[in-house]
This record gives sequence, structure tokens and C-alpha cells, in this order.
Amino acid sequence: MRKTCLDMIHRLALTDSRVVYVGSDPSAGTLKQMAKDVPDRFIIEGIAEANLIGMAAGMAMDGLMPFVHTIATFLTRRCYEQVAIDVCLHDLPVRLVGNGGGLVYAPLGPTHTAIDDLALFSALPGMAVVACSDADEMVRLMQASLSWPGPLYIRLGKGGDPVISKEENGFAIGRAIPMRKGSDVLLVSTGVMTGRALAAAEILEADGIGCAVLHAHTVKPFDGEQTVALAQGKRLVVSVEEHSRIGGLGAAVLDALAASGPVPPTLRLALPDSFVHQYGSQDALLERFGLQPEGIAASITQAIRKR
Amino acid sequence: MTSPPLDDRSRHLRRLAISAIKSAGIHFGATMSLIEILRVLYDDILRIDPKRPDDPDRDRCILSKGHGVLALYAILADKGFFPTSEIATFCAVDSRLPGHPEHGLLPGIEASTGALGHGLSIGLGMALAARIQKRPSRVFVVMGDGETNEGSVWEAAMSAAKHGLDNLVAIIDYNKLQSYGPVEQVQPLEPLADKWRAFGFAVAQADGHDPADLKRVLGALPVAAGQPSLVIAHTVKGKGLSLAEGVADWHHKRKLTEAETAAIIAELGGM
Repeated sequence: MRKTCLDMIHRLALTDSRVVYVGSDPSAGTLKQMAKDVPDRFIIEGIAEANLIGMAAGMAMDGLMPFVHTIATFLTRRCYEQVAIDVCLHDLPVRLVGNGGGLVYAPLGPTHTAIDDLALFSALPGMAVVACSDADEMVRLMQASLSWPGPLYIRLGKGGDPVISKEENGFAIGRAIPMRKGSDVLLVSTGVMTGRALAAAEILEADGIGCAVLHAHTVKPFDGEQTVALAQGKRLVVSVEEHSRIGGLGAAVLDALAASGPVPPTLRLALPDSFVHQYGSQDALLERFGLQPEGIAASITQAIRKR
Repeated sequence: MTSPPLDDRSRHLRRLAISAIKSAGIHFGATMSLIEILRVLYDDILRIDPKRPDDPDRDRCILSKGHGVLALYAILADKGFFPTSEIATFCAVDSRLPGHPEHGLLPGIEASTGALGHGLSIGLGMALAARIQKRPSRVFVVMGDGETNEGSVWEAAMSAAKHGLDNLVAIIDYNKLQSYGPVEQVQPLEPLADKWRAFGFAVAQADGHDPADLKRVLGALPVAAGQPSLVIAHTVKGKGLSLAEGVADWHHKRKLTEAETAAIIAELGGM
């Protein structure tokens, strides 16, 4: 997904003269062909995120579409005021591409572990917040990004995530994708958690619990309409995210349900409200936090039994 | 520095700014130190047309020290971007003239500022965009001296020098007084010119209250080809108002006494 996103910036830049890559200090050789093909729109600016964002805003004010690329925690926490004021207050088509969404960089510690990016950026007026499930969906998002008029955050996964998205489902920023039907439970998931939600649904199906899965690749603007419609008649609505339980997908789901009338029984599967002090691989940590398919299925079974 | 006495135009622009005196609190110090810098930019330097405020080829001017916005409102209104009578709506509920500049409300406001340390990065982006799009635009960014306490200013300075953007001009309104007190006590900037030179800028200095001297410097840009320019404009905070000149307490004032209001209006020759 990460490589696909960067390759798409290059591809889009070849046909759209607005597209600019702005990197901080990425890996050696990042987009080296783009640097040759469009040298004036391939910019490496150093470890200075506040300046990166302000500069990208200035470019966007004059008609360019910069894709600013660095590690997700540096895009959110380091230069929040620049994102809020320079980008969002001016409602500019700057794209913020965050490496290492969720637990991908957990081995590097809490400074690099992006457990709050969805919440921080969702709080900013006008910002769209998107987490794709896989590389194929990333291609569709990047194509859609060209016509999205305002600020956009693109959360990147680790890469090599199994492809579960389907071209025939289409893609539009802000429109969630029903992935699976089921009569008992609605799972709403985002990013690479949708693959795990689908696998959990299979486990539960074998136990006689029918699960629908809605892939909310866009956390903001959130597709409350489909969430509310699919929640009708379900025994439980479950949100699944690789993010702190504060202010991310679960909050968006609850917000949509609360706005539509009495809230059905809900279960929020997310990371706890704390910095992550465990390391290891993304998969190992998802297991630790009960966010692998088996853990998700077990939590849902338990929640249904309680009721 | 001995500046010449303020001429009629400088007093006129101060009167326009002060026409908001009964509307809301004012950053008197920052507004008054800026008047001649903006006057010379808009009268003599910027290639802009109030009738075509969105002309892609125009020069851009960003007031990065947004708290001095009344000086900008005064010159923009005087130039015909909007009616001078509107300045009296400053900070009213539905006004187009908030206490810091907001892009999109009024023609001529290039960027929303107010939080300090943003303008130079935005200007750098605009200057790069002009180069990429092969436009002749120059970009002027007016900063406060205290504003350069912000680290982002120096991040932007390094970038501007790296790109050799001689279509970018940073101007520092060096009034030597920030909100709490003297700059040299709060966070010393000297040697200011040498710092900017070390960061890759070509530096010039001017008397920020002498239109002729400002015109001499700003009319000869870039200071050096292939380098961004930095103009240090030596100014006096609160310039032109005896009550406010060089007094930290007049950085921002609201609830003036009737006597203070009357004295200010009288000093500028009425309203």
C-alpha cells in the first residue's frame, strides 16, 4: 500500500501538472524515477515538518496539489498548527501521506506509533481522513484524490496487506463499502482492520452468528447513512480500528448512531487510551490487544452472550 | 536612527487605522510600526491591481505578523480593495475585518495569519509555485521581530536559501519591543543580519519610517541574484502616537480612557 501510494504520486504527476511530491527525509532512493521525470515537482525539504506543511499550503494557494509525505506521528503531532491553519483554515487541496499508521512502527516506540492520527485529524474542520484496506484500494483512492477539493489525510499501512477490496465495489471518498452481509451483527472497520473483521465474521458464521461488514475507509466525512441503515435490526454494532478508542472510528460510528435515534447495543474494539509500550510486530501487537480475527470474534461472542 | 517627521500620507494611513479605535481593542504598537513598510510596498513596489486581486501574475504580500492587521486594512482600503468606511466594523460580529487577517473575506488578503511563524513557509511555497508555473510573481512576507523567535521561521529560511529563491523577500519590522518587553531581554536576536546571512539570505537594512529609504531598498530587489532577500526595517513600536511610542504596555490595548482616545485622535489631526 505504501509503495503503491508513492508510485501513484509519480504516475499522477506525469499527467497532472498540479501534483507535487514534498518529502521530509524519506528512505534513500524514494521515487527516484519521479525525481528524474519531474524534477521541479519532486521536493525533499528535510526534517522540518512545520515548514513542509506551510510550504505545501503556499503551493496549493497558487493551484498546485502537494502530497506531503513523512511518518504519520510527525505529520500529526509535530506540525498540528500548520495543518490546522495553513491547510485547513484555507481549505486547500494538500494531501498528507502518513507512513506507519497504527502499530506499524510500534517497534520504534511511542514516538513513532500512530494511535491518535485519525482523532487528531478528524478534529480539524474540512479535513478528510482515509485509511485504505490494501494496495488496490490505494490506487482507487489516489485517483479519487485528484478531484477532492479540500485537505486529505492518507494513512498508510505496513505494505503487503492481503488484497480484499474489489474494483466492482467502486470507490468514493466518504462512501463506505458493504463487504459482507449478515443478520446478527454489524462490524464497521477501517484500514487494514477490514481484512481482520472479515476473517472474524467467518469465524462467527461457523458459530451461527451472522455478521455484516462495512468497510469505512473514510473516517471523516463518515458515512453515517450506511452505518445507520445497516445497523437496523442488528443485535450488536461493533467498530474495529487500529487506533486509540478516543476520537477515531468508534467515535464516528457512535456519533452517527446517536444522531439517528436510540443507539443499539455497541462494542468498540480499539487500542486503549494509553501510549503503546509494547514493541514487536504489528501482527503480534494486534493479537495482544485482541484485534486479530480470533480476538475480535471472541469479544463479539462474549458481548452477545452478556445480552 | 532619526527618521524624518511623518508626512501627510503617513498620518492619513494612521488615521484610517485608528478609525477602528472605538470598535475593539487594537494592537497599537505593531500596527503603527508597520505603516510605512506597507505604504511603500503598496504604493511603489508591489505589482498588484485592486481591480484584479486574483491575477495569477501579481506579487503576493503576506502579513505574517497578523496582529498588525489594521495597518494592512488601512492601506488596502486606501488602495480601493474595499471601502475605507468598513474599517470601523473592525472585529464586529459579522465584520469582514477580524483582529487578524483572514483570507477569503476581503480582496487583497493573501493568507490567514495570526499564529506567528507561518508566513515565511507559505511565502516560500508561493515563490516555489511561481517558479514551477513560470510566473513573474514575487512574494513579500512581513514578519515581526518577536515572531522570529519561532523555529519554523528558521526552517523556512533554510529552505528558501536552498532553493535560491530570489523572488522571495522577507521583511522584519524590527521595532525591538515584543509583548512582554524589549526583544533583547525576552529573546535576543542580535546579530540579526548576520544570522540571516548565515542562513543564506542577502540582507539589506532600512529606516522603516522613512519612505524614501524604504523605497531605495525595496526598489532594488533582489538584494543579490540567486538568493532570497531579507530587509531589516528599523522601526519604533507605536510610531506616531506619543502615548504608545516605545511603550510595551501599548502592544495591545482595549478600554482606552476617553482622554486617551481624544489625545490619539487629536495627535493625528482628527478622524
